[in-house]
Amino acid sequence: MAGAFPQFARKAPRGASVILHLVGRRAASALLTLLLVSIVVFTISGLLPGDAAQETLGQSATPAQVAALRHEMGLDRPGPVRYVQWLGGILRADPGQSLVANMPVRDIIAERLPNSLMLAGFTAVIAVPLALAMGIAAAVHRGGKVDRVLSLATLSMVAVPEFLVATLGVLVFSVKLLWLPSIALVSSEASLGDTIRSCALPVMTLTFVVVAQMARMTRAAMIAQLDAGYVEMAELKGVPFGRIVLWHVMPNAIGPIVNAAALSLSYLLGGAIIVETIFNFPGLASLMVNAVTSRDMPLLQSCAMIFCAAYLLLVLIADVVAILSNPRQRA
Amino acid sequence: MTLAAPETHQNVTRRGQITVSGLRIVVGPPDAERAIVEDVSFAIEPGRTLALIGESGSGKSTIALSLAGYARPGARIAGGTIEVGGERVDLMDGKALRGLRGRRVAYVAQSAAAAFNPSRTIMAQVIEPLLVHRLASRKEAMARARRIFASLSLPDPENIGERYPHQLSGGQLQRLMAAMALITGPELLIFDEPTTALDVTTQVEVLKAFKAAIAESGATAVYVCHDLPVVAQMADEVLVLQNGRTKEAGSLGTVFGTPADPYTRALLAAADHGGLTRLPRPEQECVPLLRIDGLSAGYGKIRDGRPEVPILEDVSLLCGRGEAVGVIGESGSGKSTLAKVVAGLVPLADGEVLLDGTPLPADLGGRSREQFRKVQLVFQHAETALNPVKTVGELLARPLALHHGIRGAAAQKRVAELLDLIQLPAATAARNIRALSGGQKQRVNLARALAAEPELLICDEVTSALDTIVGQAILELIDSLRRDLGIAVMFISHDISTVRTFCDRIMVLYGGRAVESATCAAFARGPHHPYTRLLLESVPQMDPAWLASSAARAAGTGLPLNREICRFEPRCVSAIRGRCNCEAPPLRQSQGHGQNHTWLCHHPVEALGAE
Repeated sequence: MAGAFPQFARKAPRGASVILHLVGRRAASALLTLLLVSIVVFTISGLLPGDAAQETLGQSATPAQVAALRHEMGLDRPGPVRYVQWLGGILRADPGQSLVANMPVRDIIAERLPNSLMLAGFTAVIAVPLALAMGIAAAVHRGGKVDRVLSLATLSMVAVPEFLVATLGVLVFSVKLLWLPSIALVSSEASLGDTIRSCALPVMTLTFVVVAQMARMTRAAMIAQLDAGYVEMAELKGVPFGRIVLWHVMPNAIGPIVNAAALSLSYLLGGAIIVETIFNFPGLASLMVNAVTSRDMPLLQSCAMIFCAAYLLLVLIADVVAILSNPRQRA
Repeated sequence: MTLAAPETHQNVTRRGQITVSGLRIVVGPPDAERAIVEDVSFAIEPGRTLALIGESGSGKSTIALSLAGYARPGARIAGGTIEVGGERVDLMDGKALRGLRGRRVAYVAQSAAAAFNPSRTIMAQVIEPLLVHRLASRKEAMARARRIFASLSLPDPENIGERYPHQLSGGQLQRLMAAMALITGPELLIFDEPTTALDVTTQVEVLKAFKAAIAESGATAVYVCHDLPVVAQMADEVLVLQNGRTKEAGSLGTVFGTPADPYTRALLAAADHGGLTRLPRPEQECVPLLRIDGLSAGYGKIRDGRPEVPILEDVSLLCGRGEAVGVIGESGSGKSTLAKVVAGLVPLADGEVLLDGTPLPADLGGRSREQFRKVQLVFQHAETALNPVKTVGELLARPLALHHGIRGAAAQKRVAELLDLIQLPAATAARNIRALSGGQKQRVNLARALAAEPELLICDEVTSALDTIVGQAILELIDSLRRDLGIAVMFISHDISTVRTFCDRIMVLYGGRAVESATCAAFARGPHHPYTRLLLESVPQMDPAWLASSAARAAGTGLPLNREICRFEPRCVSAIRGRCNCEAPPLRQSQGHGQNHTWLCHHPVEALGAE
């Protein structure tokens, strides 16, 4: 249609303000989502059977004792009031007192969050380039030996449960070869080398889990673009293949790839529970599971909010990358 | 512009000399290979233009690409020699080929929209050949690109490179792609159907730009095209191909003037529309079947009879039983939207569509099954309209069951009858859609619509994806169906010459308005709206001097922002200042000999005729 309406095409590319506007809108909608999530988290955590007062005092407590403790903990106030107080606390980075450990939730999380971030960070640094390399290699050699081997590998990676991977990793590297510790001992005093050694098996297991999905999405996105007319045109311009892949194809394939990466990586915080349990890794996911079993609502809610925020942040980053890479969305 | 800078002394004498002999290109695995090009030989003298002509599947694009040492995935160059400027392209390795492509041999593709990377600016892509071959610095390259943009008469040559492909029109992109090819001063330019996707009015300007560019660069050119009048404008020599083999070769004058091969003669006959014979129909009383009155439609929410994005405004049309009415317009004119409104796929915002005197409900939800059955739409692209996993029989049985409740053996019998109607063997019923050729698919597409036994058949560009000869056979088929079954046909096309030979009534759409409508006889007599005249003059002629003699006929581009005034005003060479750009054009009528002819124009009828 543009053929008949060239005046519609006369607009020069608009600049940074458009991008800022678009990104601002995405960020605002992410914040709104987070607010809605906070309501859901607060409501659902209130629906869990039993409450912290009952849990703390045990079976033998009289109803009067429980009521007294409930009052002390503020559990007898109306829901909306508690929600507003709780939200205010979260915004001030003070999500309250852990009902079970009797210490500020902030301190407990401050101890665990860096561990989880470190684990996720290490995994991302290894998994993302690996997945890109695998996906690109498979797409470029589509139908060939490399593609078939990688396809088989990624499929098996998706199919094998992570506890099996973790157990096999421990068997091989800790028990047989004695190269790596089977339990992740993370402390602030440990040297970098020790930290890396003790994180190696958890990181390996998580990489195994997240890389497959990313690699397959990368392959699909690349193949969709490798068939495009501009790739043939670039070949006929004498452009070297490496440049075709990186300069021509990548900007067009990056949108779906970062989206897949964001979804895979969001798994690394909350979904690492099995790996954290097997390697006794002091991370956020196991903290949250403990909070559920002990009815420690403030802690549970904070963990849930952190996971949701991390997820929304990753999706936001993916959206922004997609906007930046696509001139149609920009202008 | 000095594009033809000789590189080495040794190459000076042979630069641009192309010699191909015994070329063989195959597809398939080595043990079961099939030749798609067999024993093709030709030579082109430096600076000459050779046209490769033939229908799809004739191997013309494959041969053209092989001159760059390139074969599409699945195909490979299996034999023969290809020499460009004295060097054997067929013996080159990957590195040598990369050095050849984009530097000495450059390519202009059919669809610029696909050949430009949507994520990179035009400038970055146009100067890329210079940069990857290290022929110029970025700054020099950009300066050179701007000079070429100007020489190809592109608007705003200083800044056009900063845009992205989606911000430019098809005609502009096609010229920008030529700039990308010309920028390294190649000795061989390959044009692969470069204007096929363009409107005729745009095509004229692009062809002129190409012709001037070829002449100025002094390069040898290979021009792949199935449109013979275009070939007549562009080529010095012609090579006629069929099924990958040479049918005839020679100078343009010889091959087009005194064709020796029957296939060449068939191609030339089809190009002249001499192949389409239409029985003259006696002037008879028109029994209205479809009547469109003051129709407005578009996209988005409808408020007060106006959609958010208006496409069609105040369009009226009459189509009698058993008549064929042609709707002509270029891309963006709203002709496909009109088809969709009648079919109910786009809701109508204002006005009326009457079928048999009964208003058709505005959208699909309100229509009865009977109304669905009476109006059938034949889509342009049969391959996307037909479900590829079905057999022909399954596909045709579906509307039979839906509209007529015919199932089982009766349905099989009816499918056979339908196949007979569209002149395909009954055995086709068992075949898969994917196994059919383009022309056969379009026939099945037609049969699918006929299965409903419609009263009105809407054909939306049904031949534009087909080769001339195949398309003509489809047209003849539609015409005979119309005569034999009494089905009315609404024929939507961008090709004015097809519509003229085929239809009883003609309507010309421009920018969503009917600028002219007439019975065929009145249309043949004229006079015409300035836009219709531009369309008629833009259709390439077999006379090789036609392009040079066709004056620049576009005053401007685009549609006016004021929706009230004549939509064609910015482009009209005979627009009256102070009138055409201020007031809405009146609808002028001429009624004589029982013929009805209307124009939407400020010029009085006599003035239209006089120009």
